[in-house]
Amino acid sequence: MAHFLASFIGVAFAIASLVLLSLGLAVIYGMMGVINLAQGEFIMLGAYTVVFSSAHGLNLWIGMVLAPVVVGIVGLVVERCVIRFLYGRLLDTMLATWGLSLGLIAAVTLILGPSTEGVATPLGHVAIGSYAVAGYNLFVIAAAAASVALTWYVFNYTKFGLVARGAMQNAEMVAALGIHPPTIYMVTFAFGSALAGLAGAIMAPLTGVVPSLGLAFVAKVFITVTVGGAAIFAGTLSAGALLGTIESAVSFVSTPIYGQVAMLGCALVLLRIAPQGVSGLWRRRG
Amino acid sequence: MAPARLSVVEPLLWIAAAIGLALLPLVLSIFQVVQITVFLIFCLLAVSLDLSWGLAGLLSFGQAAFFGIGGYSYAIIGINGTMTSAATLAAAAAGAAAAATIGYIAFYGRLSAMFLAVMTLTVTLILLQVMGSTADPSYRVGSAVIGGYNGMTNIPSLVLDPRGFFWAVAGLLVAVVVMGRLLMMAPFGRVLAAIRENEQRVELLGYDARWRKLLTFSLSGAVAGLAGALFASWGNFINPEIFSLAQSAQVVIWVLVGGRGWLYGAVIGALLVQVLTQYLGSIGTAYTSLALGGLLVVFVLLLPNGLLPALSRGTLSLGIRQA
Amino acid sequence: MTRNSPAEPFSRSEASGPQGSPALLQTTGLSKAFGGVHAVAGVDFRLRRGELRCLIGPNGAGKSTFFKMLSGQLRPTAGTIIFDGHDITGEPQHRIARLGMGIKNQVPSVWDGLSVYEHFWIAARRRVGARAAGTAADRLLGELGLEAIAGREVGALAHGERQWVEIGMVVAQQPNLILLDEPTAGMAADEVERTADLLRVVNINASLIVVEHDMQFIKMIGGIVTVLHQGRILIEDAMEKVLDSRIVREVYLGSGHARG
Repeated sequence: MAHFLASFIGVAFAIASLVLLSLGLAVIYGMMGVINLAQGEFIMLGAYTVVFSSAHGLNLWIGMVLAPVVVGIVGLVVERCVIRFLYGRLLDTMLATWGLSLGLIAAVTLILGPSTEGVATPLGHVAIGSYAVAGYNLFVIAAAAASVALTWYVFNYTKFGLVARGAMQNAEMVAALGIHPPTIYMVTFAFGSALAGLAGAIMAPLTGVVPSLGLAFVAKVFITVTVGGAAIFAGTLSAGALLGTIESAVSFVSTPIYGQVAMLGCALVLLRIAPQGVSGLWRRRG
Repeated sequence: MAPARLSVVEPLLWIAAAIGLALLPLVLSIFQVVQITVFLIFCLLAVSLDLSWGLAGLLSFGQAAFFGIGGYSYAIIGINGTMTSAATLAAAAAGAAAAATIGYIAFYGRLSAMFLAVMTLTVTLILLQVMGSTADPSYRVGSAVIGGYNGMTNIPSLVLDPRGFFWAVAGLLVAVVVMGRLLMMAPFGRVLAAIRENEQRVELLGYDARWRKLLTFSLSGAVAGLAGALFASWGNFINPEIFSLAQSAQVVIWVLVGGRGWLYGAVIGALLVQVLTQYLGSIGTAYTSLALGGLLVVFVLLLPNGLLPALSRGTLSLGIRQA
Repeated sequence: MTRNSPAEPFSRSEASGPQGSPALLQTTGLSKAFGGVHAVAGVDFRLRRGELRCLIGPNGAGKSTFFKMLSGQLRPTAGTIIFDGHDITGEPQHRIARLGMGIKNQVPSVWDGLSVYEHFWIAARRRVGARAAGTAADRLLGELGLEAIAGREVGALAHGERQWVEIGMVVAQQPNLILLDEPTAGMAADEVERTADLLRVVNINASLIVVEHDMQFIKMIGGIVTVLHQGRILIEDAMEKVLDSRIVREVYLGSGHARG
C-alpha cells in the first residue's frame, strides 16, 4: 500500500511538473496561436529570480511570488517590442522568439556567469509507510493544481478571461465592443510568461540553475503542448497525464534522458494517429 | 516544353564559380584553404535547408540534427574501418532516413508547418542530450566509442591532402547547387513551388503533395548528412555541440539572411554570417550567440526576405529565377 | 422525389429533362444540418449534360452549403449525390476532382509566384501528361484570350485576371462539370462582362453550375436558374421566368436583398 502510494506520488509529481511548465505556453498558443520559442528562457528567468532573491537574503517563498511578476514584465516588453509586429505570421514569430531565446541565454551567461547556481530544497521529507517522499514534491503537485485552477478561474470567470476568449474567436467583434485586441494579446502573453516564470521559480530548488536551463525543459514543454493541441485545459492536462506517466515510467527504468526520448516517440506516434493532438480527439468532426 | 527555363547567365555563373574554386587553393596558403573548406561545408548545409525551405516552403529548425546524424554516422562507420567514401554515402543516407521519418509523420499526417518546425527543433535538443549522455566507454559501435560531450576523435579523412579535400568539397557544393537549380526549374520543382504557394490548390488538381514534400525533405536531409560527413572528416572530430541550439539557429540564419529560394542566397548568407561569427568567436561564444539571436530578430522584423532580394532590386535582375 | 411542403409552392420546368434520362449530376434528399440548423433541407437537384445552371438565393438560403457538399468540402448529413454515374456522397475532394468535377471557390486560389503559363501547364499536365501540357496550355491561353499575360506572375495581376487564371486552371483539367462560387465577386463591370464571355466559351466543353448574387451577370449568361430558399429549392426555371417571378421577388424583398 505504501509502495503504491509512493509510486503514485512519483508519477503525479512528473505529471504535475510537466503541466506546470507547459501551462504558460499552452495559454499563449491556445489563446493566440503563437508558439513562443523563448518560453524555456522565461522559465529560466523565473528560476534565476528565485536564486537571485535568495542570494540577497529574501525568503524563498517571497522569491517565488516575485518571479511571475518579473517574468511577466519581461513578457510584456517582448510582446511590445517583437511579437506584436508578427501576428498572423506564425513561422516568423517562431523565428523571432528563437532569436530571443538565443539572445537571452547569451545575455544571462554574460551578465550572471555560466556557473551553476542552486537553492536548497525546503520542506524535508514526509513518511509514507517505510518510504520517504520529498515534501517539496507534494508542494509541486499542489502548486500545479493551484496554477491550473487559477488559470481556469481567470479565463472562465473574470471579465478579462471572457474578453480574451472572445478575442480568440473573433477579434473584430471584441474591437466593436470597444476593447482593443492588441491590449488583450499583450496581457495574455504577459500572463503566459508569468506562468512560465512561476514554473521556473517552483522548479528552481529541484535542479541546478544554469543559463541553458530552459533548453532542458523546453523539449518536454513543446511536446506536451503540441500533443495537447489548442484546448488549453483539456489538452494540456490529458497530454501532461499521458506523457508524464510515460516519462516517469521510462525514467524510472533507465535515465531521465531516455524518459524524454520515450515522450518524443510516443508523441510522434500519437500525432500520426491524431494530427490535431488530444484536443482533436475530444472534438467531433463536423 | 518545360514551364520554366534557366536563364543564359546561370550556367556561365556555374562555370565561373567552378573555375574560381579550382584555382583558389593554388593561390592561398594551406591554412586559408583549410579555413575556407569549412566555410564551404557550411554553405552546403545552408543549401540543404534552402532546398526544403526555399523550394518547398518546409521550414525545419533542426537541419543540425541531420547534419549531426550524418557526421556521427560517418565517424562511426569510418572508425570501424570502412572506406571513407562508403561512409560518406552512408552519412547522406542516414540524414535522408532521419528526415524521411520526421517527414512521413508530418506530411502524411497533414500536420501544420508549425509542427515540423517545433518537432525538428525538439528532436535536435533531445539528440543533444542523448549524445551528451554517452560519456561512458560502454557506449560504442564496434570500435567507435561515442564519447559523450568529449566527442569522437581520430575520425578518418575523406581526402588526406587539404587541397584535395578543398576540391572535393567545392566540387560537391557546385554539383549540389547545379542539380538543385535544375531540379527547381524542372516540372517537379515547379509543382513543388506551387505546393509551397498554395498546397490545397495543387491537391485539388489531383497531385499528391505528400510524397513530393517527403521526397524533397529527404533530399534536404541527405545533403545535410553529406555536409555532416564532410565536417567530421574536416576536423577529424565530432561532438554533441553539433546539435546545439546555436548550430541549429545558424543554419536558419544563413538562409534567412541570404534570402531563400535561389540557393545562391543560402551560400552568400552562410559565408557572410560565418565570417561574422568567426570574428565574434574570437571574443567569446556568448557574444556569438547574442549576435546570432539579434540577427534573427532584426532580419525577421525588418528584412524577412533576406539580402539577395533587397540587393537585386537595385541592379537589374540577371534573370535568375527564384524557386 | 420532390418534397412539396404546403406552405411553399414549388415549380419545376421542363428544364430538368424527361425523367429517366441520365443526369450528369443528381442529388436526392441532400441535407446538411449544423446542430439544430438545417442549412440544406432535402434538395433534389438534377443537371443535364451541357447545361449552364445558375444557383441563386438570398443570404442563408443554403447555396454555399450545397456547393460545398457537391465539391466534397462538407459531408452531407443525409441524402445522396450521383455524379456521372458515381456516388460521390461524402467523398474527399481530390477523388471528386479526379472523377471530372472542377471546382472554383470564391476566393482566388492561385500561386502568386508562378506565371499564368505555369498555372495552365501544371493544371494541364495532370490531364494530358508532361509532353502535351505545353501545347494544351498554349491553346487554353488562346481560347480564353489571356495570351497577353501569359508570362506574368499571377501575384501581380488584377483581381479579375486572377479569377480567370483560376477558371482556366480548372478548365485545363478537362472536367465534365465545373462548379463556380460567385466568380464575379469583387469584379468591375467590364471584368464581369468578360467573365460572362469566358464562361460561354467554357460551357462549350463543360457543364457549369454557377452560384451567384449578381443579377446582371446572370442575365448575361442566361441558362436555367435554380432558386434556393431556406435550404430548399423554391423555383427552378428559365432565367427570364425566374427573374419575373413574384415568389422570387417576395423572397428577396422579404429578406431585404432585392437586386437587378
